Amino acid sequence: MATRENNLNLQSGSLLIRILIGVFVAFMGLFILGPLVWLGLQAFTTSWTFPSWKPNGWTLIWWQRVFETPSMVEAIRNSFITAPIVVLVSAVICLPAAYAAARYNYIGRRVFLIGMFAANSFPKLGLFASIATLFYTLNLMGTMVGVIIIQLLGTIIYMTWIPAAAFAAVPKNLEEAARDAGASKFRVFRGITLRMAAPGILVAMVMSFISAFDEAQGTYLVGAPQIFTMPTEMYSLVLTYPVQIAAVFSILLAVPSVVLIGLARKQIIGGQLAEGFQIR
Amino acid sequence: MSNATNGLELIGLTKILGGRVIIDNLNLTVEKGEMVSLLGPSGCGKTTTLRMIAGFLIPEKGTVNLAGKDVTNLGPEKRPSAMVFQNYALWPHMTVFKNVAYPLKIRKMGKAEIERRVHDVLEVVNLMHHKDSRPGQISGGEQQRVALARALVQEPDLLLLDEPLSNLDAKLRVKVREDIRDLQRRLGITTVIVTHDQDEALSISDRIAVMNEGRIEQFSTPQELYDRPATEYVANFIGSLNRIEGNYVDGQVVAGSEVVGIRPEDVSFSSSQVTGSYPATVEVVVPRGHFHEIYLKRSDATLRAFVSSNIPKVGDTGFAKVSKALVYKDGKLVRTA
Repeated sequence: MATRENNLNLQSGSLLIRILIGVFVAFMGLFILGPLVWLGLQAFTTSWTFPSWKPNGWTLIWWQRVFETPSMVEAIRNSFITAPIVVLVSAVICLPAAYAAARYNYIGRRVFLIGMFAANSFPKLGLFASIATLFYTLNLMGTMVGVIIIQLLGTIIYMTWIPAAAFAAVPKNLEEAARDAGASKFRVFRGITLRMAAPGILVAMVMSFISAFDEAQGTYLVGAPQIFTMPTEMYSLVLTYPVQIAAVFSILLAVPSVVLIGLARKQIIGGQLAEGFQIR
Repeated sequence: MSNATNGLELIGLTKILGGRVIIDNLNLTVEKGEMVSLLGPSGCGKTTTLRMIAGFLIPEKGTVNLAGKDVTNLGPEKRPSAMVFQNYALWPHMTVFKNVAYPLKIRKMGKAEIERRVHDVLEVVNLMHHKDSRPGQISGGEQQRVALARALVQEPDLLLLDEPLSNLDAKLRVKVREDIRDLQRRLGITTVIVTHDQDEALSISDRIAVMNEGRIEQFSTPQELYDRPATEYVANFIGSLNRIEGNYVDGQVVAGSEVVGIRPEDVSFSSSQVTGSYPATVEVVVPRGHFHEIYLKRSDATLRAFVSSNIPKVGDTGFAKVSKALVYKDGKLVRTA
């Protein structure tokens, strides 16, 4: 008897709770997606003035304007040159370090791994300012190489920690079994270790790409006024062009991140990213 | 190496890990086609020994000869041995076929030849129907057979098995160990198996090396090990034992400096007195399935005995007789009586 009453209570209670949850979800959806929807619409409107509920008209003129303005095309081009180079250089530098951190217990290993975080917890702008003084003496200010180096900094933590965890997760005896089967150390690394750590490395590369692609502070400091990427171009766009241009540019800026996360979705949801930071 | 065998020969093997001597001057010869167990409790050095044979560890001192060649300083990929790992170590991203084919691919064998040999060995372990499955999709026993197939496909001079049955349930274990023994005999492949399970070692080995603290206590046939354990340690480790301090005289234990070991199956209990039997009272009766274990209190000692018929009750009195005893002095067998 008591249980039946409880069930009834629970059911009427759960209806109320469900309505509350529904309202909450709708509110959160509006809060999170609302600005994005507004932004998405702005990119296609002639104008949209305040009390009106809908835009005054639709147009593709802003897209045309973006692709006709040389500085914007240049920024898009720069972004798509620097970000992939940063990812590749970062991989070449960091993957061996990640493997070493995962497989060998050398002196200073923990300091190295924690130091990675420490560098990122520092106020970035201060770090960039001191790097800038160094870059002046090295003649790297306003150069592609300078921009690539500055963007590289933000990717290092992804490219070491996530692959290190992925390498560490490959059981040692799977490597031993391959050695026993006749494979050389290099062949074992290529065919077994690297292959099994690949999902983690892929996630690290996506994260690094997004980080490099979105990097604005350091890129602006080192690159401007010679080199602008999409995020740094945004600064001048917001100040000098109509809001619709900024909307178009925001959409363009978001596309690679959305596409890449979509592609790596399986790995990210599969826990590779979530597990990425569980290294001892 | 004038008398190097075609099998395996370990000479004066010594391994130090973390400043501790793990293996101490170990000698062992395994004849070609023989199946030898390294038996001992965990930490006795049996796995370390196996890893030195496989090439994952290089000994500080000593020599490993395999098929008449010194392989002491060769890496595992250069040795003509193949190992089955305790947890099988199958590569999860490859199918069963690819797992088994991998060693042949490394050897740059032709595609048709690889296909033929992998199919042959998968037939042998009865896994053809799973050739396109992934390791994660098949049972533990099947994974074990894949691991075995991956070793056998290399046609190694020496097969190494590291606790191959410990991850299987009890029923399957007995079947698989018979399968392994059968296959080993059929292929005539020299085999070293590491185990902590005495039943397993006794039932499938030609000879057993009982290990203790990095040394081999005794290396002989299962029967010899059981009947004449050379040391007290072996006697305790293999089978069950009544251990009584004292000397053995006329079927009973008297005060003395020796140690008497009596197997429970060598103790009999009856209501009538015969030569060599002494009065005893039943103190404990423990059913053990197909036999009972009883504790018999005599004036000289309390003896455990195994009985399978005419089970006495607690408090029954009668006579207990010892038909065979092992006598040890300073841990070494001095005589049997």
